[in-house]
Amino acid sequence: MKRHVGLGLFAIAFAAAPAAAQDTTVVERGGGVRIGITYQPGVRPGMLILGGERGTALDSARTIIARDLDYSDEFEMIALPLGDSLTLSIRPPGEDGATGSFVPFVNYALYAALGADFAVNVHREVDSGVVVTLYDVQGEAVRRELRIPNLDPDARGFRLRVHRIADEIVRAVTGVPGVAATQILFINAGRIYRVDFDGHTVEGLSTPGINAMSPTWAPDGRRAVFTEFDNGQGSLYLLDLDTGRRRVIPPTVGSLNYATEFSPDGTTLAFARSDGEGTDIYTYNLADGCCLQRLTVGGFSDNLSPTYSPDGRRIAYVSTRPGYTQIYVMGSDGTGQELFAPFQYGVSGESHAPEWSPDGLNIAFDRYVSKVSQVFLMDVGNLVVRQLTSLGRNSDPTWAPDARHIAFVSTRTGSKQVWIIDMETGRVRQLTRLGEARLPAWSPRIAERTN
Amino acid sequence: MRHTLPISAGLFVIVVAAACGGGPPPPPPGPDPDSLAAAEAEEQQVRDSIAAEQAAVRDSVIRDRQRIEAEEARVREDLAAAEREETNNVRDLLARRVHFDFDRSNIGPDDAAILDEKLAVLQRNPDLQIRVTGHCDERGSDEYNLALGNRRALAAKRYLTDRGIAEGRIATSSMGEERPIAMGANEGAWAQNRRDEFTIISGGGTLKMPGM
Repeated sequence: MKRHVGLGLFAIAFAAAPAAAQDTTVVERGGGVRIGITYQPGVRPGMLILGGERGTALDSARTIIARDLDYSDEFEMIALPLGDSLTLSIRPPGEDGATGSFVPFVNYALYAALGADFAVNVHREVDSGVVVTLYDVQGEAVRRELRIPNLDPDARGFRLRVHRIADEIVRAVTGVPGVAATQILFINAGRIYRVDFDGHTVEGLSTPGINAMSPTWAPDGRRAVFTEFDNGQGSLYLLDLDTGRRRVIPPTVGSLNYATEFSPDGTTLAFARSDGEGTDIYTYNLADGCCLQRLTVGGFSDNLSPTYSPDGRRIAYVSTRPGYTQIYVMGSDGTGQELFAPFQYGVSGESHAPEWSPDGLNIAFDRYVSKVSQVFLMDVGNLVVRQLTSLGRNSDPTWAPDARHIAFVSTRTGSKQVWIIDMETGRVRQLTRLGEARLPAWSPRIAERTN
Repeated sequence: MRHTLPISAGLFVIVVAAACGGGPPPPPPGPDPDSLAAAEAEEQQVRDSIAAEQAAVRDSVIRDRQRIEAEEARVREDLAAAEREETNNVRDLLARRVHFDFDRSNIGPDDAAILDEKLAVLQRNPDLQIRVTGHCDERGSDEYNLALGNRRALAAKRYLTDRGIAEGRIATSSMGEERPIAMGANEGAWAQNRRDEFTIISGGGTLKMPGM
């Protein structure tokens, strides 16, 4: 759709409606399962990223922020056909741009005509830093001004610093920060990798050549735990992501341990152990280095994939009793074990990989539909289950800290890759483009180091 | 020794020449030096021939022993080769994989026959210890597949321990879907990947074939 703007300068194309909600076929099924997401286009605020001053740090920051705001799925991003040539600031004649003397010229009427509710300008600060200004177009006022001092695009942590600014812009508009300053752990060719929220900076973390699995984040976002296989066994390792130092978790040596999750207070690890008695859930107090405890006694059934409720009181998990793999729930001390997701014989397929949402309201998991796994959500309040995905095989969902985005594994383009779905719009994007990427684990918001 | 003979002949020539010479006084009674030399020469000859014979005997004994040793070595080698072949055949038998249906860990009839072979091998070789490792196809949750692989390994182990093999001789582990042997996202590849693998932990240096 094209439209001529009064100034006669540009032909403006609005961003196409966010990538068609590919997984949204609304079908009523037996057992009260509703498939898909109801997506209403055009209700999100329009967001315009303004062009202007050039420079390595400025251009990088502007590009990153624009993408982050797009990936936040909170806005209709307004794309300009001539790139970022819509200039906000007019340079006074004779002034040296490097000194930062600009007179901002904010054309609210133009931005409104372009469909913007908000506009963001990224410009230079005197001390080689960057200032990011958020304009409220309807209110014709500056909504928020954010400063990044000494922004060096070559320095480690540059991108995370810019992502945090994007998250603050989202907070300024919606009241809730974005999740751009997060990272996702995953497995590729048996090795643990970390990637930024926007798909940038893929970095290997576990030992090359040794099969690893089950990466998980500590709630502080500074540490991770994962399994490394050794001669048929799998020990758990705790990795300090700042220093790269790692240590084995002693009671997991000499057996096969995986599917680990931290308790929300960060003190306890819950994990699955497979041995001669089958597979059961154990906890270990990592803070005190003690008290290995077995929570389930399966006998001939398996129990695995524990996930804590955000209040730490309950654990949802997978159990194969009575022959049908389903999602169960128990107290975090192992008491009161019961079926969680409602089960209908012949209708509810085998279910795996539950993860409790950070707001506590939902459980995401995967379930077989005609022998093909799909990602499902269960509302913890009313136990209503709905199907999120339908293209390819989809599994192993993991929540973003905003409880709105889910990363999952999908074969929709052939190989297994990590994709991200926005629950509110149904928009889907591909995060990884590697040989194969599996077992994603989404970090908490990663705070700036204060020390 | 070879020089002895010509020297004896020379002495003899001198003795004859002396006998033909005129008018020497008759030799005094006592040992005749010439006959003494001859006797010594004769004695030497005997000794020499004995030594030669002894050498020949010794040589032939050595040759015989070498021949026997070579023979023995050959036999031993043949035996070792047969043993190796037998061991290899048993190992092949042990290595035969057991396969499973999608998301299942029960042992089907064909696979029970394969496990019966392993049962016989374990019975015939009491020092043998093995590891069973369960594997899955690439579908489904990766972590669930570790539990499923473990269940598949335990199913094979239980089959064998139910038939009298000591628990301690069979270790189990799972690799889930981490070690596929067939690539591809189709039932053919998946069917091959849903399997138990059997490896030797110890006592597998020499293995006896059941029924042999």
